[in-house]
This record gives sequence, C-alpha cells and structure tokens, in this order.
Amino acid sequence: MELSSTHISAYKRLVGFFAVFVALTAAVAVLGVVLGMLGSFIANGGTTLSWQFLTEFPRNSNTEGGIWPALAGTTFLVLLMTILGVPVGTATAVYLTEFAKQDSWFARSVRFAVNTLAGVPSIVFGLFGVGFFIQFMGDGIDSWLGTSSFGDGSLLWSSATLAVLTLPVVIVSVEEALRAVPRDLREASLALGATRWQTITKVVIPNAVTGILTGSILAVGRGAGEVAAILFVGVTYSSEVLPSNVTEKFMHLGYHLFVLSTQSPDVDKTLPLQYATTLVLLGLTFLLNLSAILIRSRLRKR
Amino acid sequence: MSHPFQRSNIRPGEWIAEWSIRLVASVSIIVIFLIFVFVFREAATLFTAKSATNAPAEVSANPSSNDMKPDTYSEEPDVYNPEAEEPSTASGEPGAPGQFIRLSKNPRYPHYYNPDTGLLPDDIDDETAEEVATASGDSGDILSRLSGDTWQPVGETPKFSVLPLITGTLKTTVIAILIGAPLGILAALYVAFFAKPRVREFVKPTIELLAGFPSVVIGFFCLVTVASFIQDITGVSYRLNAMVGGIGLSLAVIPIVFSIAEDALSAVPKTLQEASLALGSTEWQTAYRVMLPAAAPGVFAAVLLGIGRAFGETMIAIMATGNAPLTSLSPFEPARTVAATIGSEMGEVVWGSEHYGVLFFMGVMLFVFSFGLNAITELYVKKRLMKKFQGR
Amino acid sequence: MAKDFPVKIEAHGFNFHYATKQALFDITLTIPERRVTAFIGPSGCGKSTFLRSMNRMNDLIDGTYVNGHLMIDGVDVYSKDVDVVTLRRRVGMVFQKSIPFPKSIYENITYGLTLNEKVSKSALDEIVETSLRKSALWDEVKDRLHHSAQGLSGGQQQRLCIARAVAINPEILLMDEPCSALDPISTGKVEELINELKDTYTIVLVTHNMQQAGRVSDYTGFFLLGSLIEFDRTRTLFTSPSQKETEDYITGRFG
Repeated sequence: MELSSTHISAYKRLVGFFAVFVALTAAVAVLGVVLGMLGSFIANGGTTLSWQFLTEFPRNSNTEGGIWPALAGTTFLVLLMTILGVPVGTATAVYLTEFAKQDSWFARSVRFAVNTLAGVPSIVFGLFGVGFFIQFMGDGIDSWLGTSSFGDGSLLWSSATLAVLTLPVVIVSVEEALRAVPRDLREASLALGATRWQTITKVVIPNAVTGILTGSILAVGRGAGEVAAILFVGVTYSSEVLPSNVTEKFMHLGYHLFVLSTQSPDVDKTLPLQYATTLVLLGLTFLLNLSAILIRSRLRKR
Repeated sequence: MSHPFQRSNIRPGEWIAEWSIRLVASVSIIVIFLIFVFVFREAATLFTAKSATNAPAEVSANPSSNDMKPDTYSEEPDVYNPEAEEPSTASGEPGAPGQFIRLSKNPRYPHYYNPDTGLLPDDIDDETAEEVATASGDSGDILSRLSGDTWQPVGETPKFSVLPLITGTLKTTVIAILIGAPLGILAALYVAFFAKPRVREFVKPTIELLAGFPSVVIGFFCLVTVASFIQDITGVSYRLNAMVGGIGLSLAVIPIVFSIAEDALSAVPKTLQEASLALGSTEWQTAYRVMLPAAAPGVFAAVLLGIGRAFGETMIAIMATGNAPLTSLSPFEPARTVAATIGSEMGEVVWGSEHYGVLFFMGVMLFVFSFGLNAITELYVKKRLMKKFQGR
Repeated sequence: MAKDFPVKIEAHGFNFHYATKQALFDITLTIPERRVTAFIGPSGCGKSTFLRSMNRMNDLIDGTYVNGHLMIDGVDVYSKDVDVVTLRRRVGMVFQKSIPFPKSIYENITYGLTLNEKVSKSALDEIVETSLRKSALWDEVKDRLHHSAQGLSGGQQQRLCIARAVAINPEILLMDEPCSALDPISTGKVEELINELKDTYTIVLVTHNMQQAGRVSDYTGFFLLGSLIEFDRTRTLFTSPSQKETEDYITGRFG
C-alpha cells in the first residue's frame, strides 16, 4: 500500500502549507505587537520609574516630579467604583438567576439590555454620567440639601459612572458563574429542607465564588483603565492636593498620560514621564487581570 | 386545623435579605433602563430648545482652540508638520479634549484659562455666558446647521454638520477592521487548530493580554511609535492621520475578534475535525472547508463586535487620528471620529447649549448603532450557532 | 384493592400541568406506611413527576400547576398553609444522579441538620455515625469523614446521599431512579439498604428497572402516558396484572 502523499496533489499541499503559514504569521504578528509594546514601554519608562516618581506630586505644570495624586486618585476611583458596582451587579445577577422567572418577558428583556449594554461605547456612559449623575442626581441633591457640591463632576460621580459602565460586565459574568452551579445541587439542597435563601448562601454562592471573583476583578480591571467615560465627570489634569472627600475632583493615571502626551507645552521633555506613567497604569490593570487569571487557574485545578 | 406542615416558621432575616436583593436588583435594572432614557433626553434638548437662547456660548475669538476649526487648521500646516518632532501637536493644542471641566453653573471663560499657569488673563472681559450667547445671536434653525459639510461648533455661525465626523469614523473603522479582523481571525485559526498545546498555552493568554491594555495606553503607543513608523515608511505629510488611528483601533479590535472567534472555532466539535481528517483531507482543507463554515456565525459575530468597538473607541481616536474634521477620504490625511468629537468637546461645552445637544445627539447615534450591532449578534448569531450545534 | 395497611400518602383525582402540557391525569391511589412502593413505566410516563409532586420539587419549574388532592397524613401538600420547607424536611429525596455537595462527607450529612438549629458537636457526631451506619457506609468512610465527598465512588456517593436524606429523620423517603447510574454491585448494596430502611421509613421508589421493582418493593404502580394504569401488591401486579397494558409492559412488549 502506497502511503506517500502523492494522492494529494502537490498544489493542494502547497496551498495548505501556505495557508497554515499565513495563520502562523498572523499569530506571530499579533504576538510581536503585544510584546513589542510591552518592551517599548519597559525600555523607555523603566529607568524613570522609582519610588519617588510614585510618591511625589507633579511639579512645574506636570513637566517634572511624580504621579502621586494620579496614582492615589485612580486607586480611590477604582475602590469606590468597586464598592458601588460589584455588590449591586452581584445582587442583580443573583436576582436574575435565582429569583426572576427565567422565561418571563421581564427577565429576557433585562438580560437583553444587559448583554447589549456591555458593548456600548464607554463615551456614551460618560454622557450618561453628565446627564444623569451630575445634572439630575447632583443638581437634585444640591437643591434638596441646599449645598452646591454635588452638581459638578467629582470622584463620586466618576466612580458611579464607572460602576454603571462595569455593571453589565459584572452582571453577565456573575450570572454565568451562578448558572454554572448545577441545578441538581440546588435541588438536593432544597430537598433537604433548605430554604431558597439558605440554598443560595450555602450552596450556590460558595460553588460560584471563584467565578464571581474572577468576573468582578476583570470588570474592575476594565474600569481601572477607562478614561473616555470619566472625561467630563470629575477628572482634573492638575491638582495640588489629594481629594479630601468624594465630591472633589481628582487626578487619574490614564487621564494624566493623555494630558501629558497631547497637551503638555513640552511633550518631548515629559516623554520619560509619559512612559513611566504608562508602566504604572499597565501595572495596575495587569495586577487586576493577573489575579483574576490566578484565581481562575486555581479553580480549574480543583 | 393544625397539621405537621403548618406554615409556622417565619424567617424574618431571610425575608429581609431576599427583599434587599430584590430592591438592589431593581435599582440596578432601573439604572440600566435610565441609560437609554437620559442619553436620549439630553439629545432631545437639541430639538426642543429655542436655538436663539441656546446658541453656543463659547467665545469665538479663542486663540487656543484652533483644533476645532478645520479651516484654520488647514491654513496652518505646521501644526501637522512632519518635521516637527513634537508628536502631540496634532491633537495637542492646549484647548483640546476635556481638559477644562466646566461647571454647569459657571460656564465663563472656558478658553481664556491658561493651562500652564492655571490663571485667567488679567484683561478678560467680565461678560457672562448669556451675554456672549445673545451677542452671537441666532444663526438659522438647527436643521440648516446640521446639514452642510463643515463641523465648526465654535464661532459666530456654528456649523454642526456631522458629515466630516461620519467620514472620519468610517475611514478609521474600515481601516481598523481591514487590519484587525483578518489578523484576529487568522490568529484564532492558528491557535484553535494548528498550534501545539504548549504553544497555545503561551500565545492565547498573551494575545488576550492586549484586551487588558487601557485604550489610552494604545493611543499613546500610536502617538509616539506607530505614527513615527508610518511616517518613516510612507513619508506622509501629516504625522497623525486616519491610518495611524485605524492601526491603533485595530489593536483594540484584534483581542475582541481573536477571543470571540477562537471561542467559536474551539466550540466546533472535535469529532467533526477528526472525521474530516480521517477522510484524508489535509489540515488546511479541514480548517477551511469544515471548521470555518461550522464556526462562521461566531466569526461573523466577532467581526460585528469588533466594528462596534472600533467606531465607539474614544481615546485612541482622539490621540492618534489627528482629530481634524475633514471630509477627505484619503487614509493618510487626518480624521476625526464621532466618539473623539464627543470626548474632546463635551468637557468645554456649555451645558444645555445647542452644541451640547448636538454632542448628545451624536452620543445617541453611537448608542443606537452599537446597540443595533449587539442586538444582531445577540438575537441572530446566537440563534444560528445554537441551531448549528444542536441540530434544531 | 383493599386497604389492608395504614395509609401514609393518598392521591385523589390528582392532575399535574407543566406550562404547556398536562403531565398527570386523574391519579388516585394510596401508599402504605413503612413499605416500599415502586412506580414503573416507560420514560416520560409521569412517574417521576408524580414523585416530585410529593415534596413539591416541581414548584421550582416555572408555570406548573396542579389540581385534585395529594395528601400526606391527611394533609393536602398543595394547600395554601403548607410550608414547603417543613414538608421537605419530612419528605426526604434521593435523586437519580448522586449529587454530594462539594464539601466533606461529614458536612454533607450535617448540612440539613444545621440549617435551622444549633446542634452540639457530640450530637452531630452521633447522627453522622448512625446515618452512615443506616446507609451501610460507615465502615467504608469512617476514617475519612473530613475528606471531600467527591472522592467517593459512584455507589458510595449515592449511599452518602441516602445517608444525608436519612440524617434529617424524614418520615418518607422518595427515590428517583436511585440506581440507574450505578454498577450492579453498588445497585445490590443500595437495594439491600432500601430493604433495611423500610422498617423506619415509607419509601417511594421510581425505577425503570422492573426486576428491581420486583426485588425490593411491596407495592407497585404502573404509569403510562400520565395515567396510573394499575396499582397493586407487587407480586400480584407482576404475576396476574388486571390490565392489558400492564401485561404488555411487564412482558417486554414495549417500553
């Protein structure tokens, strides 16, 4: 029996080989760009990065000094966004999977809205922040309390806007995690005389906790690097002090990078600062993504 | 009658817990639907408000906001001078995007502000927004200003034609998809079918790492590296242009296309692949004739979502496209996208003004378009995929 | 059929509807206390639905409703003032697939016990031991009570599920094809267990295995297309069925 490849024409083999080669090239190209970007950031920003850079205020119209207020502002923002968004998203997902009637018109339209909202551009959420949080909520609170601190962009409204931005992501991923818990487990628990609430807290959530955590962290990671959504709801390009309460404006790493690279009077002079800021921002988001990946791989092992 | 199963155990703790979940869920669901309401509501002010009282209040004689005047821009080619070593000048005028967050209550002097010193000039007039607004006067109804082919929101007769912005959006989106979709799909094909498991373990997470890059970082990379690279090989006169922006957007598109296409391709049952290989087809024939068609709806969805990401992306578009509202179709001339326009002008617009309404109106355009794309993938593609694999 | 036994469960003209179709038609029967009652019939005939109606597990499916009566100790389980949770604590259930919680063996058994009350450690230890002994699992697992239950074999897992159900001391034990996923040796052990448990509990068993029904049950009901065709002592039903359909089924002419 002839087992050589002569029965497949040389032409077809060539085409096949070429096609695989093209696919390989594409993968290598993408890989190269990712690694190249990382390499360029590290090579250009690594030397500027120092403890001082992280902990000093910027000086001389952002052309010297460090990024401390931006780093702190981003951290506050992410924390507040997480506090506002993740529990609400989780509760909504619990409601949708455990409480709502699964095939009802209501549940389906909520799910549809959530899924499609996850793909709406972040700038639209920024507009929502202006229209809803600042103008509607903020002005409303101000006229109700007689204050004047809410009807303007602030750390609070930025966090709220980002919380809404990440809400669909949190809901979708937590729902996925909850759905992955087998229906049988719920039934077994209920058959033993557990109430629905006991079943949720003792069986469903403990079994989905890794998925909930990963999903939430990935959502928070998306929010941490987001700039477009907060452009008009409270970020500022320069600040002498850290925000002392949530109604003040704040600096943000991503926005700081944007300002330095496009609006600084001497862009070349601040180029090292820009690279170093990029590294810090990337480090922050990677830290979040990495922890999600680690949690997920621990889950897979189990 | 009492019996052993009598409803007796009231569980107040659980009752409270369950109702708080319902309450929180209702709040978040209401907020989700409010997004639709509020973005549309603010856009509606455009058509309900009287244009005379709401004429744009920006000070027209503003020397620092020339990025908004396409005609000034073209008269000053040095702004985009290829020889200029300043990578940022194109979009970097100190009047550009979102730098000045204005109070809704005090929209005075938005452009007299000096970003370097943080001070207002001494000779500033003490006129209020209203005075400026009445001074600039009515300039025809809104529809006439929405037509035409010039986007010039600041000036005595503001022109709000979205045509150049749509041209810019289309230009950059098409470039981004032409680059991003094939790369993403081919890379997914490689990872899903041809790569050895150990290679896949490295390649897949690395490409997915790109999804974690904040868009401002990608924008920065394009601004400093891609722009110079493109200029070096093509010698174009505008350092920042639609091509650089498109490449930047493609970097945002690739991870989306890649991971969705990879999911769809990996979801094709292994038995199909084995059956095809067992019939004597080559690896490529199997991939091309069997696997790709089977995963086609998923790959299609990947491209659709990639398009959605490309036209809605703001920071990359602001930083890398040159940000000039031209109607030119040339990929090597600057462009300005709808999203970038909102991003760079919303920060300094007088809230409630006509310009503000136009920006919200463009937000609605983005919203509706991306929502439509998502709805198509949600309703149509998922159904098709299910049909295919479940034989229904 | 004469009532020669104390009645535990009683159905009168019981109908069950899923959202779009009726699954049970006019079921009337009486199930004796402390005996094993088996339901047989081709798949989709409603026997599992009927079983799951007894502890109202079907409530979990949207859009279902019932009419007629289904009574346990003379109380209609679908009446408004019945607390489902209390009902389920008295009517234990073992499922087709063995589904231990991803917790330790010990925690699996104590799960139902500790839900509503504080139980002392020593009392828990005792209950764990007796339930495991009752389900003939004690000797196999006593040295690894705190290991994960998912490390047990399929047969052991199913007996653990029985022990878990027994631990909350129900009056009735519903078993939904408990052996369909087990090998013959494990099946034998579970059947032996059923035999021992019937002194304490009223057992209702759904099975698609007629030999099993013949081996372990005292009474057998035959379901077909949502109706109860025949209900009688097992020996009578298998040796001299009164209905044509029953005879066809047990002689293997369909199903």
